[in-house]
Amino acid sequence: MATTTTAPAPAPALRRKRARERLRLLGFLSPWLVGFSVFFGYPLLATGYFSVMHYNQIEPPEFVGLRNWRYVLTQMPLFGPALWNTLWLVVVMVALRVVFGLGIGLLVTKLKTGVGFFRTAFYLPYLAPPVAATVAFVFLLNPGTGPVNEILGTLGIPAPSWFNDPAWAKPSLVMLSLWGIGDLMVIFMAALLDVPKEQYEAAELDGAGAWGRFRYVTWPSITPIVLFAVVTGVVQTMQYYTQALVAGKLASGVSIGPGTVIQPGYPDHSTLTVPQLVYSLGFQNFNTGAACVLSLVLFVIAMAVTTLLMRKRAGLLPAED
Amino acid sequence: MPLTRLRDRLSVALAGAGLLLSGCAHPSVGSDRDDPTEPATLTFWHGWSTPGEMKAINDSVTRFEKRHRNITVKVVPNVTDETMNQALRAGGDDAPDVVSSFTTNNVGQYCSSGMWADLDPFLAKTGVVKEKVFPKTLLDYTSYRGKQCALPLLADSYGLYYNKDAFKEAGITRPPRTMSELKRDAVALTRRTKDGSYRRVGFMPDFRLYQNSPDRLFAQWEPRYFDAHGKSRLAKDPSTRQFLTFQRDLIEAQGGYGPLERFRTTFGDEMSSQNAFLTQKVAMHLDGEWRGLMLRQAKAPFGWDTAPMPVPDDRADTYGKGYLTGTVIGIAHSSTHQNAAWELVKFLTTDTDQVVRFANAIHNVPSTKAALKSPELDADPTFRTFLRIAQNPRSVALPPSANGGQYVTALQDFSYDVEAGRVPDIGKGLRALDAQIDADTLQSEN
Repeated sequence: MATTTTAPAPAPALRRKRARERLRLLGFLSPWLVGFSVFFGYPLLATGYFSVMHYNQIEPPEFVGLRNWRYVLTQMPLFGPALWNTLWLVVVMVALRVVFGLGIGLLVTKLKTGVGFFRTAFYLPYLAPPVAATVAFVFLLNPGTGPVNEILGTLGIPAPSWFNDPAWAKPSLVMLSLWGIGDLMVIFMAALLDVPKEQYEAAELDGAGAWGRFRYVTWPSITPIVLFAVVTGVVQTMQYYTQALVAGKLASGVSIGPGTVIQPGYPDHSTLTVPQLVYSLGFQNFNTGAACVLSLVLFVIAMAVTTLLMRKRAGLLPAED
Repeated sequence: MPLTRLRDRLSVALAGAGLLLSGCAHPSVGSDRDDPTEPATLTFWHGWSTPGEMKAINDSVTRFEKRHRNITVKVVPNVTDETMNQALRAGGDDAPDVVSSFTTNNVGQYCSSGMWADLDPFLAKTGVVKEKVFPKTLLDYTSYRGKQCALPLLADSYGLYYNKDAFKEAGITRPPRTMSELKRDAVALTRRTKDGSYRRVGFMPDFRLYQNSPDRLFAQWEPRYFDAHGKSRLAKDPSTRQFLTFQRDLIEAQGGYGPLERFRTTFGDEMSSQNAFLTQKVAMHLDGEWRGLMLRQAKAPFGWDTAPMPVPDDRADTYGKGYLTGTVIGIAHSSTHQNAAWELVKFLTTDTDQVVRFANAIHNVPSTKAALKSPELDADPTFRTFLRIAQNPRSVALPPSANGGQYVTALQDFSYDVEAGRVPDIGKGLRALDAQIDADTLQSEN
């Protein structure tokens, strides 16, 4: 005869112990929980809430359903160029920064003399404030008076209009970001110096050349760092704002006074990024609903790209990781 | 957890979040129940920033404080519209009581949102008849749908500055009066270097140059931006196409958009000694009345004069008009000293002696009828040109809109594309522009 038994209910003392345990864990987690709630949870909730409200930041919000979504996705002509420019920068700038950063990192780890000088020289530009660095680049690359074009002209090389040409404006921003590659160089340098020398010696004994050593020794060791650089690069580039705004404003030559509003994106919206559009909508036109819609779109894209990269991570990492 | 309990908890959480969010969104509210004879401290935000301008506005405030011993004014200079817009929305103890803006573009937004207080009740209770004090055009650009939430604090009129030496060299005896003459003279005044680039351009038309915003040149065609229902009508107005076509012609006649843009990149900052008119890289230039003071202070090394901007050939009889704008002043909705604030606004905008002294000090056009006729005004003939433009009944100001200057920005963007030759069908482009302006307007309204 079969008998069935049920687990006895936990005694009150055990339940109290578990509750205390939970409270203790929550206590340990509370700094993170508070920070997460205040700086991420609440803003995200508020962004979702305002995306379906008409709100000019002075009158009480009013529910408008999907009107803001329709406006941004179908009636706002700048949404397309801003999204395209942001994605272009994510793909091109991040890829080139990683390749360039790794290249410079390899170079400075291989140097025999002047190591300190070159490491400092490559790192210093990263310390330049973004606005100052951008102002300097716009000055250097001024098509009419800039020294770069003067040199190119002297050499008989056709000089582009850099920040004044829609085709060259984004590549010019990429050049600016490559100039300030010091952050990635340091990270890659640390990763490269961390690769055990014995592995290189073993590979050399096995007859591996320079490419073979890089492919089978260096790359597997630094893959987690490369992934870190790509993921943080994607997230940072999704928020690309200052350099694009300053370069566009300066290159346009438009006078800015107390009565003027800076219109981002010069030339021909080629440097307009989604964060600039969010600011313009939210804090120049006070179209809070539309700005929140754009922020959510950006958030979803950033999450999707990051998730994709993290999933790919498993395939790229060495087997033992 | 049972489903009903979960649902209840979720409802409570959402309701709480909604209350929290909408509570955060409420603006602070001011009051007009203060006694203006009681001691009060006002905060006054303005956009002037150069030493001469700051001295002029500080002197004005000192004159006010001498008359109103009970009121102290804390002056905050160099405030942009963006900062002011954000601060008035945020509210708080440091928010201003009296606010001024260098542009009329945002008046519609200030009025419709209630961010700037309606001044009609203040005008009425202090016996100021605005129609008798201010020119109609200036009253128009400081009100929106019958609500007078701002008043003009001096005005700006736009005209043509021209290099007399360059005119003499090119054999031109007087400034152009029609657009055809402008194009002809611009070509005659253009000089090139040996390598084919420019040494001087007759009239640099590119809309991104200094004060060359398209709405300022477009004013010569006397456009009507909106119909009676507030819908954009740029495509329906034949003058829009005429204006844009003329811009293309003017650019082509002087060498094309690419070369002109490249030359423009060699120009220095507008407010510096490297201003292109001052360095004689342009022979004619659209600008406001204040530029004369700058040219005099910089001791321009050539003869120069001023004239009204040319008009379209088929409206030659309207020569003398121009684009009007100006600084506007109002009272912040959040001010708790609105009656005291009104005393300052009233003094700065309606006191004839104050308006004339301030206008002379910063070389702006005075904004009251009495001040415009004052014998105390600067007698310089290059300045008097702008006084006549300001008083011309055909002179044009931008109409206020509920979404501020967003329609002007849309027109600017479209005009940049047209002048660069990227709009093959202007009619189709204008229809799309109208649709966009209407969508933007709808989006800004409830």
